[in-house]
Amino acid sequence: MPLPADTDATTPKYLRDKYAIVGVGETPYTRGSGKTTRAMGTYAVRKAMADAGLKNTEVDGMLSYQSGDSTFAPMIAGDLGIRLNFYMDVFGGGSSTEALIGIAIGVMEAGLCKTVAIFRSMNGFSQVRIGGTGARAAAPVNGDQLHSRAYGWQSAGQMFSPTFMRHMYDYGTTPEQVATVKVIHSEHASNNPKAYYKKRFTVDEVLSSRIICKPLHLLDCCVETDNATCFIVTRAEHARDLRHTPALIRGVVGRCNKPRMDMHYQHGPISTVAGHYGKNILWPNAGVGPEDVDLTGAYDAFTFTTMLQLEDYGFCKKGEGGHYVSDGTMRLGGRRPNNTSGGHLCEGYTHGMNMVIENVRQLRHDVDDSCPIGPDGKRQHTYDYSEGGCRQVKNAEVTANLGWAMPGTGSAMVMRRG
Amino acid sequence: MPGIRADYMGMALSIDDLDGENLAYFKHCSQHDFHLQKCDDCSLLRYPPNTGCPWCGGANATWTRVEGKGEVHSYEEVHHAIQPAFKGHTPYMVLLVDLDTQKGVPSDVEALRVVANLTTPDGVLAPPEIVKTVGIGTRVRMVFADVTDGLSLPQWTIDEAAPQPAKPWRYAQE
Repeated sequence: MPLPADTDATTPKYLRDKYAIVGVGETPYTRGSGKTTRAMGTYAVRKAMADAGLKNTEVDGMLSYQSGDSTFAPMIAGDLGIRLNFYMDVFGGGSSTEALIGIAIGVMEAGLCKTVAIFRSMNGFSQVRIGGTGARAAAPVNGDQLHSRAYGWQSAGQMFSPTFMRHMYDYGTTPEQVATVKVIHSEHASNNPKAYYKKRFTVDEVLSSRIICKPLHLLDCCVETDNATCFIVTRAEHARDLRHTPALIRGVVGRCNKPRMDMHYQHGPISTVAGHYGKNILWPNAGVGPEDVDLTGAYDAFTFTTMLQLEDYGFCKKGEGGHYVSDGTMRLGGRRPNNTSGGHLCEGYTHGMNMVIENVRQLRHDVDDSCPIGPDGKRQHTYDYSEGGCRQVKNAEVTANLGWAMPGTGSAMVMRRG
Repeated sequence: MPGIRADYMGMALSIDDLDGENLAYFKHCSQHDFHLQKCDDCSLLRYPPNTGCPWCGGANATWTRVEGKGEVHSYEEVHHAIQPAFKGHTPYMVLLVDLDTQKGVPSDVEALRVVANLTTPDGVLAPPEIVKTVGIGTRVRMVFADVTDGLSLPQWTIDEAAPQPAKPWRYAQE
């Protein structure tokens, strides 16, 4: 399929394919982990090292992100006997995932360290609730927050809804189209034994769930869960000596923004999100275009966020996102499945990490579904996507992750099977 | 200037004594007079108050009176409040309003878009029967909810004097 007209697919620049994700790991997705973020983070990093076949002496970089709700990298490294040559804990939530991969590549390229573990550990249900209820909602309102929280405008859903509503006004996007995102992700989750919510939902069930913040119903919103997640990035030549087929990193977009980051609604159209700018970095850097992508991980904090990002990164024409997400394209067995693990709407909420982990497993052709394990220890995928069945995408070669912080900020990454 | 601490609907609001921009903004609001910063270099207004011009990067600005009239650009209706202060007032509305002043400037995708609740003319959160009449296109005017000396919150109420759309755009599922 043709690349977008302005894609430069010839220049071997931007470290294309030079780094790879070689290990992934996570805790169970729960509500009530009964564990500290330190214990969970340590568990997830240990799992990712074991998955890669790396010893603790072979990991010398660590990155994490949080918003005052987690444990810093030095504690996790200490609990694993890792001596770090580089680490950094950054403030942030969604969209940090791909941005930190970009940072990891940069610091390895600069010679600061050789192998980086990136983790996110959060009790998003039992401690600092990711939906914003509890301590965060009750906190005093100071200074700049007088222009937002003083109006009962605080949670993610509340902050993003003017964008969602205006997209319906500008393009005639319907509630039924958007609800299909939840329907499809719930189908995928039903084939994921790890998913917190495995039940399949219908469009009617989404639209008859209670309104949280119009236009969002309860089932348009992601699940709040407790979990830690980790993946490990290293050089491609090192990756080939490790346990799995590497997921080579083609290109990264890190926290790319719309104008006026302090109040992005000052710049329109407000139904356009940061992917509108991010796509001009992503596709030329990756040397591929949307048509080359076999499956996507478009961040589903809400049903709408998946649609807005797929649209603005160019998987369909501007304004046709409602059609794209509801015409079967992004269902398993469709042309370009999205969030095959069930994503944030169903599997668990990780601020973007689980969508990258899922695509790494997809590129290995070894997602952890219920398909039988053969004599070689590998799953024998059936490609039967009915409930409880397979979720491996056939011949997955190229993936795109589209990370979301808010309408004005996003990150992204293209990977390919190594 | 001393800082401000006050209670609004059971919420603790405050402005630090060092936060000159917000102190000045809300002082004008407390006089029921809406002012925004106008850049001394490029002459563009900006919202919300801040410490430099987002259009040109200019350091200096002059507080300038702005008419509190505009049109709803987008909205949401909160049915499940997360802040304790709002739980008794659902569904309440958050409006994103294009001010008439500087609309389409410096480019046609830009406007001073001021966030506030839909309220009655006396600045109290609007009841459900009024909420359901407002949508994209509704003409609104600014009123103020007085909190304390030096702090009133700008709010939006239906502009009874303005011509209104026959049917403002509302979410399909009521």
